[in-house]
Amino acid sequence: MSTLNSTSAMSGETVTKTFREAISDALWEEMERDESIFLMGEEIGVWGGTYAVTRGFHDHFGENRVRDTPIAEQAIVGAAVGAALNGLRPVAEIMTINFLFLALDALINHGAKAHYMFGGQFTVPMVVRTTTGGGRQLGATHSHSPEHLFAHFPGLIVSVPSTPADAKGLLKAAIRDDNPVLFVEHSTLYQTRGQVPVGDYVLPLGKADVKREGTDVTLVSYAKMVQVSLEAARELEKEGISAEVVDLRSLRPLDTELVMESFKKTNRCVVVEEAHALYGVGAEVAARVQEEAFDWMDAPVKRVSTEDVPLPYSRDLEQSALPDARKIVKAVKEIL
Amino acid sequence: MALTKDQSLEAYRLMKVIRRFEEKCAELYAAGDIGGFLHLYIGQEAIAAAAKYALREDDNIITAYRDHGVALARELPTNQVMAEMFGKSTGVSKGKGGSMHLANKSKRFWGGWAIVGGHLPLAAGLALADQYRGDDRVTLALMGDGSTNIGYFHEALNMAAVWKLPVVWLVENNQYGMGTAVTRASAVSDITRKAEAYGMPCCMQVDGMDLVATYEMIKEAAEYARSGQGSFFLEVVTYRYRGHSMGDPERYRSAHEVEEKKADDPIIRWAAYLKENKIATAKKLAALDQEAEDEVMAAIEFAQNSPFPEPEALYENVYA
Repeated sequence: MSTLNSTSAMSGETVTKTFREAISDALWEEMERDESIFLMGEEIGVWGGTYAVTRGFHDHFGENRVRDTPIAEQAIVGAAVGAALNGLRPVAEIMTINFLFLALDALINHGAKAHYMFGGQFTVPMVVRTTTGGGRQLGATHSHSPEHLFAHFPGLIVSVPSTPADAKGLLKAAIRDDNPVLFVEHSTLYQTRGQVPVGDYVLPLGKADVKREGTDVTLVSYAKMVQVSLEAARELEKEGISAEVVDLRSLRPLDTELVMESFKKTNRCVVVEEAHALYGVGAEVAARVQEEAFDWMDAPVKRVSTEDVPLPYSRDLEQSALPDARKIVKAVKEIL
Repeated sequence: MALTKDQSLEAYRLMKVIRRFEEKCAELYAAGDIGGFLHLYIGQEAIAAAAKYALREDDNIITAYRDHGVALARELPTNQVMAEMFGKSTGVSKGKGGSMHLANKSKRFWGGWAIVGGHLPLAAGLALADQYRGDDRVTLALMGDGSTNIGYFHEALNMAAVWKLPVVWLVENNQYGMGTAVTRASAVSDITRKAEAYGMPCCMQVDGMDLVATYEMIKEAAEYARSGQGSFFLEVVTYRYRGHSMGDPERYRSAHEVEEKKADDPIIRWAAYLKENKIATAKKLAALDQEAEDEVMAAIEFAQNSPFPEPEALYENVYA
């Protein structure tokens, strides 16, 4: 049983980087490459970003290209849409996905629909970067993982990387793409490390990736839950159960090809998502599996999701609501 | 500063085209040829016409869903605008947008947006792109009085003021946000006070029935914005003769009020001005009326004879 990570697909020189550094590098390199790219967001300039992703950018690129904004999410996303219509390539930062609810209309009704609604004459080459995820005792309003909601809408691309290398390659692709992209960074992944290719490394948007090969069950996941699924796979291995981990990497487009390929090999599937189960990614993947691979099904598709409650503050209580390796192992055993 | 003779005549013709275009649209809507919502601009034509002459051709213009007049003033082909009303593939938005979503990128008419206030930060962004590149364009953002009560308005104006964005914010105050009078919906009935909160120079209560007065104010505002000093805010008072959209019972105002306002019609006023100042004879105006009529009728014929989008068009242009 081999453990894959994204380095298997990399050629050339790599270096160990944190998830944060990988994103920062992607932004920096793209801004050096193309002057039409600029950044805007709350505290991204003088402060350097509340997650320190853009530290040093303001001094290097100046305030025209690294813009501190008012705390005004509608204006941030709406102005990014307008600037994109008029030929720039904005990368707007919304401090957390919880604040993106405030700009839902600007992102969906304006950004995602402009190309279609005006018969293709407009493009919106915009990236909205934001952070997601629970587990930091921030209470109910700051701990959602609602990225799947945004993936409901045609016209938008939703990218959800799980490793530093993927984060770099996907962010570069997002910036170069002519469509609006919501780029979702899990806040507890920023400190994680991995091998990242040096220089220009661009991955296709909307392609899933096998992060670990296995034969008995397919764990389908995205963002931080890929790391948790890999942890579960290591636990399962101790008990002689071989789990394959498929990282969706993108919620829209949703690459089900790799999921089906894996499922037709393992005949069993558990979807791991850090969101509530109702109407979620697990529901979608389960529907696709029964539609496209019904004859290969040996067991129902299981979901491991966040409990159906707003997340509480108290540490152990919050942790008990989130998916973890133990819950994944249990789910796998239920369908073996 | 004043309009030339040619512009004066052209402006008359344009306002007549807009008026007849929309009167015919109302009929076609009743007949079922036009679907969806239909928000008529009748009564407000002088503002679109004034904007046409006050701006440079390469300036940006963006508006809300009451957009037919602005589209025609920006010289989107009348045929293609009418075809869009019919949902035809020859429409300005290939039949995907409809009445509320007219646009033409090459003419820098950026829509036609149908969420109240949603286009205001877009206007800021359009202007930001020009400022970023060092282009000396201005952006004219037209909006209704109702949009000044929504969060978008305040966020967009604040951002534009902080960044000195070259925008002319123009409220077409037609005195009702749908059916709610300004005095019932807005804490201050003098709308410019909202812009003053963002330190913006303003002009209040421009007479939107007066083409020249509106033209002069937009021109002055555009010059200010172009000079690099930032945004300028205009409140232009106008009146829409028709309901908010089709099927508006108009319980919020009396027929008498509407008739009274019609006496102040911008096109009648402009015709009188042209005659008084010996710019046009009655005969010349009648000829322009006929031209407008012919242009609108030809557009209807074009739209009727155009094909609907092919089934494959459904999936085209979801992504670039």
